[in-house]
Amino acid sequence: MSAVESADMKPADVLADGRIARRFAALKAEGRAGLVTFITAGDPDPAVSQGLLNGLPAAGADLIELGMPFTDPMADGPAIQASSLRALKAGMTVRRTLEMVRGFRKLDADTPIILMGYFNPIHAYGVEPFLAAAREAGVDGLIVVDLPPEEDEELCIPALKAGVSFIRLTTPTTDEARMPMVMRNTSGFVYYVSIAGITGTASASNTAIDAAVARLKRHTDLPVAVGFGIKTPDQAAEVARVADAAVVGSAIVTRLADGLDASGTVKPGTVEDVLGFVGELAKGVRAAQG
Amino acid sequence: MTKLNTYRSGPDERGHFGIFGGRFVAETLMPLILEVEKAYRDARADPAFEGEMRQQLKQYVGRPNPLYYAERLTERLGGAKVYFKREELNHTGAHKINNCIGQILLARRMGKTRIIAETGAGQHGVATATVCALYDMPCVIYMGETDIARQQPNVFRMKLLGAEVRAVTSGSGTLKDAMNEALRDWVTNVADTFYIIGTAAGPHPYPAMVRDFQSVIGDEVRTQMQELEGRLPDSLVACVGGGSNAIGLFHPFLDEPTVQMVGVEAAGRGIEKGPLDHAASINGGRPGVLHGNRTYLLQDEDGQILEGHSISAGLDYPGIGPEHSWLHDVGRVEYAYATDQEALDAFQLCARTEGIIPALESAHGLAEVIKRAPNLPKEHLMVLCLSGRGDKDIFSVAKHLGVEL
Repeated sequence: MSAVESADMKPADVLADGRIARRFAALKAEGRAGLVTFITAGDPDPAVSQGLLNGLPAAGADLIELGMPFTDPMADGPAIQASSLRALKAGMTVRRTLEMVRGFRKLDADTPIILMGYFNPIHAYGVEPFLAAAREAGVDGLIVVDLPPEEDEELCIPALKAGVSFIRLTTPTTDEARMPMVMRNTSGFVYYVSIAGITGTASASNTAIDAAVARLKRHTDLPVAVGFGIKTPDQAAEVARVADAAVVGSAIVTRLADGLDASGTVKPGTVEDVLGFVGELAKGVRAAQG
Repeated sequence: MTKLNTYRSGPDERGHFGIFGGRFVAETLMPLILEVEKAYRDARADPAFEGEMRQQLKQYVGRPNPLYYAERLTERLGGAKVYFKREELNHTGAHKINNCIGQILLARRMGKTRIIAETGAGQHGVATATVCALYDMPCVIYMGETDIARQQPNVFRMKLLGAEVRAVTSGSGTLKDAMNEALRDWVTNVADTFYIIGTAAGPHPYPAMVRDFQSVIGDEVRTQMQELEGRLPDSLVACVGGGSNAIGLFHPFLDEPTVQMVGVEAAGRGIEKGPLDHAASINGGRPGVLHGNRTYLLQDEDGQILEGHSISAGLDYPGIGPEHSWLHDVGRVEYAYATDQEALDAFQLCARTEGIIPALESAHGLAEVIKRAPNLPKEHLMVLCLSGRGDKDIFSVAKHLGVEL
């Protein structure tokens, strides 16, 4: 695959009428930012996880990131590492993750689902079969942490050709010179990782986030979602003030982990509690004034 | 097998050896990886960098170390003439220091003020802690808790040298988990921190850089064998975990068609027992992507990484350097394997016949020498990279032999 070919692609056009674009257009029409929620597929077991996934839109999630568990999540902090291991222990696989999406799509035709994870499980499945299966299941986009633009030929370009968005991470270390390359084959939205670090640890200051979002907006017309370190409804509201969406992951996963007993089984009321927390986050985001 | 004009031109500018290698890292690290690559290129072109490295390798590490004719072992095996490249005589007792000298000089050149590293057996951790003491830089070593338990002497050495040893409890607490944790540290401290990777793996430029720093092994062997025997060796044997001592020995000879090369993987309790019982990525794994590069990996059907097993803490990594994966696929290097038991037997034989206690890692290479040498003519010159000394292993060997210390 040549660099010329990738530069000529217009993924934004290909996917312009997809669920992600439609959802962000609807949010814009409502005059508010969106809430993106992350859960790990299969955590703590496939059945509970499916119930949680199915309940997210009603609780207030505007877009859903569904984590594909991996044994070696190098960019994730302890909360998401532990949730991945719980899911794997419960027998989660890429195939079953796609089944979860299929199950969700029977109930919800509109909420975008973005699979988030690492490349090796997709590599093992086979890139083309994976993309075909993901699209068929109703997956809208992919975030693959260990695929920077330098490796676009691996999955990003094939995904765009298959009609699946490839959402790029930008970070505080992505400098001006690098930004055009990072934006080039991005579609759906741009995910700004607000700290140099791993998930679920430090939080960036509001001023730093404001400046970063303004910088990104100079480089792209795509919506900008901000994540890493957003733990409370207030923090989500602060981010929603300037960004097009706030992403919350580790805080939700931790809430779920807190509702497990010593054997890793969910205590009664846990799913409701997690969805309640998502509701509070949504309330924060919806109340935010840009 | 297709013959190439050269086997020494890799990697390409994107860090690929054939389909292997690459830069599979998070965006946060990518600008830094590019900076390391550029700084390394500039350093190699600077005679002052090369000069300081040579000086330290000579005065501090003690290079060149001997190419030693293992006469009693040769007699005992009754075939090929066996030489040991005595990397175990380096300061800190293994080949790891060659690479650490190079990388810390690069870190200083880049203005970095803090060093991190991962370690399995502890040899790379000790070598890193050593150069950090030498250059007065703070140093954090990530080590799996399982490895900490089986490598206590090295843990204490690192602490004596002023390093902070952080126990890694995630996963199974071995080398791959230590590497994950080091990467998490690096992504959090990109501005001031340099990651000294200990093996010829990871994202580009690390595999090429570590290989270059370790190539001093093969370069010396070439000169020394010329002096001793007036010709090239006929075969080279080295153990392979990530494979830095092996690539350092092999690389200078890759374009010499008469020189055979054998990398020896850890077969643990036996490859036939399945991937949880060995650490042989090439012989018992398949290509995948982990820790920044595409290479042969121990993994399940779903692409989840499996915990390998080896008696040697330095070899039980579920991957291998990408250049080895390529050298395997193009057929230039043969990848054999030795079991825990074969390594233990070789360990004891070496101690009794040569008065050298080898590292358990190196004993895997020696096990292959023991298999091959008897079937070869006496004029066959075989070189084993004796990559490290075995003092660190005496406790675990005693345990396996049922001896109470």
